Amino acid sequence: MKRRNAIGLGTAGIAAAGAGFAAGRFWPATSEAAALDPNAEAIAFYGAHQAGILTPAQDRLHFAAFEVITADRDELIALLQAWTVAAARMCGGDYAGPGGAAGGDYYAPPDDTGEAQGLPASGLTLTIGFGPTLFTDADGVDRFGIADRLPEALRELPPFALDALDPAVSGGDLCVQACANDPQVAVHAIRNLARIGFGTVSQRWSQLGFGRTSSTSTAQSTPRNLMGFKDGTANLKAEDGDLLEKHLWVGADDGADWLTGGSYLVTRRIRMRVETWDRTTLAEQEEIFGRDKSEGAPLGATGEFDEPDFEAEADGVPVIAAKAHIRLAHPTMNGDARMLRRGYSFVDGSDNLGRLDAGLFFIAYQRDPEAGFIPVQRSLSENDVLNEYIEHTSSAIFACPPGVRDEDDWWGRALFT
Amino acid sequence: MRHLAPAAAAAAALALLAACSEKPAESDDGAIGVLATDDACEVAVSEAEAGTVTFTIKNEGTKVNEFYVYAEGNRVMGEVENITPGLTRELIVELPADAYETACKPGMIGDGIRADFTVTGEAASLSEDQALQDAVDSYKRYVESQSAGLVEQTELFAEAVRAGDIEGAKALFPVARTYWERIEPVAEIFGDLDPRIDAREDDYPEGPTDPAFTGFHKLEYDLWITGDLSESGPIADQLVADVNEIVALAAAEELSPLQLANGAKALLDEIASFKITGEEDRYSHTDLWDFAANLEGSEGAIASMRPVLDERDPDLVAALDEEFANAWAALEQHREGDGWRLHDELTPEELQELSDAINALGEQVSKVAAVVAE
Repeated sequence: MKRRNAIGLGTAGIAAAGAGFAAGRFWPATSEAAALDPNAEAIAFYGAHQAGILTPAQDRLHFAAFEVITADRDELIALLQAWTVAAARMCGGDYAGPGGAAGGDYYAPPDDTGEAQGLPASGLTLTIGFGPTLFTDADGVDRFGIADRLPEALRELPPFALDALDPAVSGGDLCVQACANDPQVAVHAIRNLARIGFGTVSQRWSQLGFGRTSSTSTAQSTPRNLMGFKDGTANLKAEDGDLLEKHLWVGADDGADWLTGGSYLVTRRIRMRVETWDRTTLAEQEEIFGRDKSEGAPLGATGEFDEPDFEAEADGVPVIAAKAHIRLAHPTMNGDARMLRRGYSFVDGSDNLGRLDAGLFFIAYQRDPEAGFIPVQRSLSENDVLNEYIEHTSSAIFACPPGVRDEDDWWGRALFT
Repeated sequence: MRHLAPAAAAAAALALLAACSEKPAESDDGAIGVLATDDACEVAVSEAEAGTVTFTIKNEGTKVNEFYVYAEGNRVMGEVENITPGLTRELIVELPADAYETACKPGMIGDGIRADFTVTGEAASLSEDQALQDAVDSYKRYVESQSAGLVEQTELFAEAVRAGDIEGAKALFPVARTYWERIEPVAEIFGDLDPRIDAREDDYPEGPTDPAFTGFHKLEYDLWITGDLSESGPIADQLVADVNEIVALAAAEELSPLQLANGAKALLDEIASFKITGEEDRYSHTDLWDFAANLEGSEGAIASMRPVLDERDPDLVAALDEEFANAWAALEQHREGDGWRLHDELTPEELQELSDAINALGEQVSKVAAVVAE
């Protein structure tokens, strides 16, 4: 069953393409049509690390957090296994279930919800994470017999100054990050996983992101956020080699065996007060970010990737202000705290005052939040002038397990066995 | 048709009234006495021979009672509703050899006071077609029993409205609707009548004051919002007439197994879309009565098909049993006295929990149609 037939791909082509790809994958990356549009290609689902972290950031996001509503460990495991199967299928450009969108029993609801018919894999990645409440719920109950496997670093984030968190859109027992180059493909994936989960999990909150704000590969340019700036230039990237072991992936000696090769995920929904920002002078905007708005270069430098010179002064005044965002967030100011950010811009309509409900859905992966997000956010929340224009409205932390190795493996196997 | 026509049943009940003693007994003609009170349900015997079995139920309690015979999975083999205090009613039911349960439901709510009832003798084995026909017949019995309750309770409700008895009418409103909501998918077959009985104000351009707005919800509006029943009499009369008409149509309608399956799902969709949101009974907030009735109606339709489902997909039956139990457990937390908490008293978290349970159940029930259509 395939969502999209490879037009013009003859029998010989199928055979040739089939040789290099797993049988479940209908949309070979080497096919003619896919070659014309690299954004349509499938990203390998199986691997040592989960896809969707180092994968060059796709254009669209649908992020969902779930609450587990069963107390039955076996039921939860069965769901994780069913999810893994469906996720592997969808990331390969296939339907969520074998009956497809319209090929099953006429008197049964279709296996797949159908809105991705005709769409290729579109670079879909599905990345799962486990929240602290999966291990011990709000009442301290160890529902699934895994409390003793809670990693030390998977703790609720500390409160930060100016937090305006809405508990209704924060936290979660499980999360799935769906990224794709086609928004419909990302939404389709979350919707089908949620459907498979009825009775076992309940979707607690979800967030759409319409445009990436980060680059996770040197092959990508840094996109602009809704404030019009390039931010997160000093991101960890796929090409960073040893830095990834040091800052991104949880190591074998980090205290949780099941998480080796995984990563900690922090999400923050950051609302931007774009209306007041837009009536701020260019001079002030650049001073707040510490970057030039057109090029993205650190103030005093000429190129985006030039190292910022925090010592430079002009007429006795620092070129990059003491409370500039670039300075406060920089690794050198935070004990070499590094993260891999892959956030997305969102607009959730307008509020009742006619203001755009817009901002950045911040996503960061790291080996240890204490050496990543926490020190940086502490510094930002207490000093950043940008706080006048932003507000953190949701927060969550998850431990994302290592990758699914093959068809016999499943999301969370190492945690539950 | 195995069902006894209401007039005949009433006549039989009257004839038996004299014969019924204080203690339940098996009478000379083989009728099994049932003595129902507010906290007991004494059935004279717990066994019978396969074939036609007759129960005579006397209500010596203070609450309106109901009597049911259930096969496995709460499949209603037969029931009598609306046995008011002091009244004796008869239930005649065809029972093949099997294990059953009897139940009285004082106050017409809950699982009832149950007892085992065993029928021995020749086991009826049904062909596939017969099994499906049996499912339809079983559901038609259910619809007819609910129809009788609907007519009676709607008349009582209308009487209270006509009499200007606001408090009395308010108390009867969710009770009459219970019978309606249990069989609503059948009513919806009759396109014109359903809106006249059950439309909501949003169905009309002028909202609640639109002259075309009639039925239960118009009276709900008069009772809870304006408190003015001076113009409500004709609406009540029309409601009674419409309900009688729809009941007659329903009795004459031939149903298919697929309609049963889709009806079971449609009732859960009703809950998910209108009851959990509080849209259905927006003036009275008695949505949980309707919720329970939809759930009972869905369970009733599924129970009718149980022998077919047992044969064709036992795993699905197990999943249905589990999810129906979960949904009831979620709802039961909100029982209050003989009824339910008001919708606007529930927290968002409580509503979320109900929604989760209905979603889980709905996914399973949505699989039934393909199984009966095999």
